[in-house]
Amino acid sequence: MAALLDHYFAMGGYAVYVWPAYAIAVAVLGGVAVQSWWRYRASVRALERVQRQLEPKP
Amino acid sequence: MTRKRRRLILLGGGMTGLAAATAMVLTAFSGNLVFFYGPSELLAKGIGPGRLVRIGGLVEQHSVAHLDGGREVRFRVTDGKTDLPVVYDGVLPDLFREGQGVVAEGKLNGSGVFVASSVLAKHDEKYMPPDVAAALKKAGRWQEGGKPPP
Amino acid sequence: MISRLANPAQFMRVSGAVLPFLAGLAAVVLAVGLVWALVLAPPDYQQGESVRIMFIHVPAAWMALSVYLLMAVASAVALVWRHPLADVAAQAAAPIGAAFTFVCLATGSLWGRPMWGTWWVWDARLTSVLVLFFLYLGYIALVNAFDDASRGARAGALLAVVGVINLPIIKFSVDWWNTLHQPASVFRLGGPTIYISMLLPLLAMALGFALLFAALWLVRMRTALNERKLRALRLHRMAEPRSRPADAAPPGARPAVH
Repeated sequence: MAALLDHYFAMGGYAVYVWPAYAIAVAVLGGVAVQSWWRYRASVRALERVQRQLEPKP
Repeated sequence: MTRKRRRLILLGGGMTGLAAATAMVLTAFSGNLVFFYGPSELLAKGIGPGRLVRIGGLVEQHSVAHLDGGREVRFRVTDGKTDLPVVYDGVLPDLFREGQGVVAEGKLNGSGVFVASSVLAKHDEKYMPPDVAAALKKAGRWQEGGKPPP
Repeated sequence: MISRLANPAQFMRVSGAVLPFLAGLAAVVLAVGLVWALVLAPPDYQQGESVRIMFIHVPAAWMALSVYLLMAVASAVALVWRHPLADVAAQAAAPIGAAFTFVCLATGSLWGRPMWGTWWVWDARLTSVLVLFFLYLGYIALVNAFDDASRGARAGALLAVVGVINLPIIKFSVDWWNTLHQPASVFRLGGPTIYISMLLPLLAMALGFALLFAALWLVRMRTALNERKLRALRLHRMAEPRSRPADAAPPGARPAVH
């Protein structure tokens, strides 16, 4: 089993090219996704806060 | 005419002008934009010995010879019309083999042999699993190797 | 349909409803695509297991070009029709397109080293894609260079539209000039030259990337509209007697688009 996994991760000798390629894709696209989502959530929270403050006091 | 119509015409006209200008520039500079010359093109351009240039084509079948002892290898590059002898001392890429594309950078020496300082493999646009490739070859339906550049 | 979404409130309603499904679908398709690309797809007869890089590199390239086209069309709409959401759409797309272009260049380099024998060459295909990357970065920088947001938007829109000339150059570079990069394998006369067992995972990854783009694009547009509303509300609050100047934004300025 361990030998099978080793053989798989070796990617026919091209492991040093294949795995970093996938890692870069995940890191960069994941990074844009995370940053987009964080900024979105921050804008939602800020909007809610300002809208609460603008509500007429009872 | 409306302002919008005017902006549209301006944009359309501007893009057309840009396209025409770009086409002219690219045509004028196309000699500098090619990454390599085929052997026939090299001949046609009259590139003399000593000038650093890149040639590309297919590695001619049965032309690869490794000189015993050293790393030196000799082969011929062909584009279907002309072929050029090449000598190279260095590591060859994985994909380098007869009937396959190659791009070599170097200079012609005095005796019409291209002395390469670097050799790159150029592969074609076909992708298939090994068993499919084997089956096609067995059925005689396909010979491995790219088409020579036009 | 475009004019119905022109109203920012309408856009927020529709995008809010669509987004969870889009994001969920993107996640599923990407998961399936990754397993297919990394495990199930066969190796190539000549490139071996290194061909698996294709399942990232090619979809990323397709997205890099498509997103730029989208950005250019949105910019043209902004310039000619002055549609209120057109600038928002273009500016939201740019960072995502830049990310795809970077992934295309980096994975291409990692693929080129073992297959061609070099990390990089200045052939027409690679050079024009690098130019595309600089166009994205230039667009983002230009939009953010102006204190006046609308002037920045106009300048960026002009750059995006002018830069579109690069797209046919990228596409046809491998046909017009001798390049190291090989010709097209999918979008070509005569049909794909990729065997079906490799073409399908490629298309799956392409779909996943497209869905990912769509989801992130909506998220970024919603953010931009929220931030616009925030600025408007803060300005409104500044005008009121009970405003708190400490957290009011100065007029005209807006946060940098990342």
